[in-house]
Amino acid sequence: MAENNRAVVKLKERYADALLEYKEHRGEVTVIVKKESVLEVLKFLRDDLRYNFLSDLTAVDYLGQEPRFMVVYNLLSIPNKDRIRVKAPVTEADCSIESATALWNSANWLEREAFDLFGIDFKNHPNLVRILMTDDWVGHPLRKDYPLQGPDREPYKGRLS
Amino acid sequence: MGVTQPLGENIITTSLDSLVNWARKSSIWPMTFGLACCAIEMMATGAAKHDLDRFGIIFRASPRQSDCIIIAGTVTKKMLPVIQTVYEQMPEPKWVVAMGACACSGGIFDTYSVVQGIDEALPVDVYIPGCPPRPEALLYGLMKLQDKIANEKNSFGSSIGLGDRLEPAA
Amino acid sequence: MASEIMTLNMGPQHPSTHGVLRLVVELDGEVIQKITPHIGYLHRGVEKLAEHRTYHQALPLTDRMDYLAPMHNNLGYVLAVEKLLGLDVPERAKLVRVIMAELTRLKSHLVWIACHALDIGAMTVFLYAFREREMVMDLYEMVSGARMTSNYFRVGGLSRELPAGFEQKVQEIVDTFPGHFDTYEGLLTKNTIWLQRTIGNGVISAEDAIDYGISGPALRGSGVDFDLRRDLPYSGYEDFDFKVPVGENCDTFDRYKVRLVEMREAVKIIDQALKRLKPGPILADAPQVCYPPKDSVYNSIEGLIHHFKIASEGFPVPEGEVYMAVENPKGELGYYIVSDGGNMPYRMRVRPPSFVNLSAIEKMAKGSMLADLVAVIGTLDIVLGEIDR
Repeated sequence: MAENNRAVVKLKERYADALLEYKEHRGEVTVIVKKESVLEVLKFLRDDLRYNFLSDLTAVDYLGQEPRFMVVYNLLSIPNKDRIRVKAPVTEADCSIESATALWNSANWLEREAFDLFGIDFKNHPNLVRILMTDDWVGHPLRKDYPLQGPDREPYKGRLS
Repeated sequence: MGVTQPLGENIITTSLDSLVNWARKSSIWPMTFGLACCAIEMMATGAAKHDLDRFGIIFRASPRQSDCIIIAGTVTKKMLPVIQTVYEQMPEPKWVVAMGACACSGGIFDTYSVVQGIDEALPVDVYIPGCPPRPEALLYGLMKLQDKIANEKNSFGSSIGLGDRLEPAA
Repeated sequence: MASEIMTLNMGPQHPSTHGVLRLVVELDGEVIQKITPHIGYLHRGVEKLAEHRTYHQALPLTDRMDYLAPMHNNLGYVLAVEKLLGLDVPERAKLVRVIMAELTRLKSHLVWIACHALDIGAMTVFLYAFREREMVMDLYEMVSGARMTSNYFRVGGLSRELPAGFEQKVQEIVDTFPGHFDTYEGLLTKNTIWLQRTIGNGVISAEDAIDYGISGPALRGSGVDFDLRRDLPYSGYEDFDFKVPVGENCDTFDRYKVRLVEMREAVKIIDQALKRLKPGPILADAPQVCYPPKDSVYNSIEGLIHHFKIASEGFPVPEGEVYMAVENPKGELGYYIVSDGGNMPYRMRVRPPSFVNLSAIEKMAKGSMLADLVAVIGTLDIVLGEIDR
């Protein structure tokens, strides 16, 4: 179970007030931490618990819920061969989070992509510009309120309608 | 033979159209311009097994040397201006082949970033269906393009000031 | 003499950028000072589109991301959905998946060696490698009907039984391919031009490789002994005996050697899987998820309704989230799928190996000659369909 996971045990000791929630689903441990302390937690996981590889950094838009966004870090420990997922909630009103580029260079492009597609502002990022869409693109396509076929097209309703 | 050969046996008389069209259709030089999955099938068509060279089709890396552009893959809104620039850089006469479902119609990618068919921007001569089309399909499409070139009427003559270009009956 | 920085635009239409990559290179003479990659020229919105498709309908989208290794993309996706469902697949389906995945690795690495060698000027290898690749393509066609976009796996197993004659064809590949690899090695490994263009090119240390998130053969070429198939096994890889090659000098030549050994090991895995292949079911016993057998669809009204229901409505997936990573020929291909309990993914995130690997290009090529940049692009083995998605 999640409370026996080595990372969760350590995090509960050291960051009790930053840890919002932890759970295990299908053998994968997820910890949700406050976004103010996410960098500190990631640094602790990287340096002390040897989760040295940032596999993935992305975001999920839970439109209609508060906080609206979740920034997701999937970490991998190459020496210990296990994974942990760290999530940090980000509200729509204050849509920003500290950049992880200080810890991993791989976060650079991944954060640019999350900025491009979700509009989350990563503070202290060296070059936070759009990466997949053109520079003059309006809107952030992976947000749930962005239409699939773009705002300038009548959506396809199927052959029968 | 009904036609007399007043200039001797080493000379053949023919019409300008037949000569020019024969030359053009036997040396289609497409651009190496791969966009997505279809580009891999285009490479496979050019490689050992299918061998495009036997049709005189040789890939050129520069638009200045090409007379055919094979749109092999999904055209995105970000890529479209680049394709138009490349097309404009090609000298006349030039032909466009839309290879695959994405280039023909946008394919399965009916999304915010994809152009729904390259014919929104370029005059397409041959559409090749498939996702991606097999090398045989690409070969067939290019042979259809050859047929189309062979049927052109006075396209060379009109460019050197000999009358108007005639559109062949469909 | 005052030196002047020249800015050179490379791509998106360039024969050796492997698609629609655009690099803006700043040069001092011939020496690279700065590289600014521009990507997104093939951004098709796969992640967004998947949110509007049922779990079965999202499968064909994955084929078209890393189009050099479509079955690996399928594999990662179906494994992620199966993990989310808590579904176990039969032994035979697992073995066939391993065979197809390793054939895919061969197919992808053959394109890599062909294009990499072609870019550096060895055209013969291109023609040979594409000739061999056609053999794998024929197998793809046998099992799925398509040469590239196979869409053969299903959530819960496979879409259909292997065709007659499949095993002999695979055996032929197992028997002949090591000889073909010798040919490539004969053409390249001691070729002076090849050695001069690859040794010492694109060096990246193990620490930097991990810092930049590089995975797959490029990570192993830098001396990190890590392979998801061995270290975090999936789809029954723990039962196979294979070596994980590791490089020492962190350069393009070592990555070349790593990939060649990987191809030989892939053939060994295929051989082992083929020997263990026994008749049995190819779909999990989960009627709420899997399509019914074709026989019952054609001959019974219940089967037809069942098929129609799954094809049109899909199946609900319990609420939750998983991250499932597989060892793609390019590196760690991860699927992070969030389900809200409905029949479509709430969010499907693909962790693209080429995207992350490409972000290290400036680190690898800075300070080298412009011509070496082409070798670095080749050794990273990028696929733009996956970078841009």
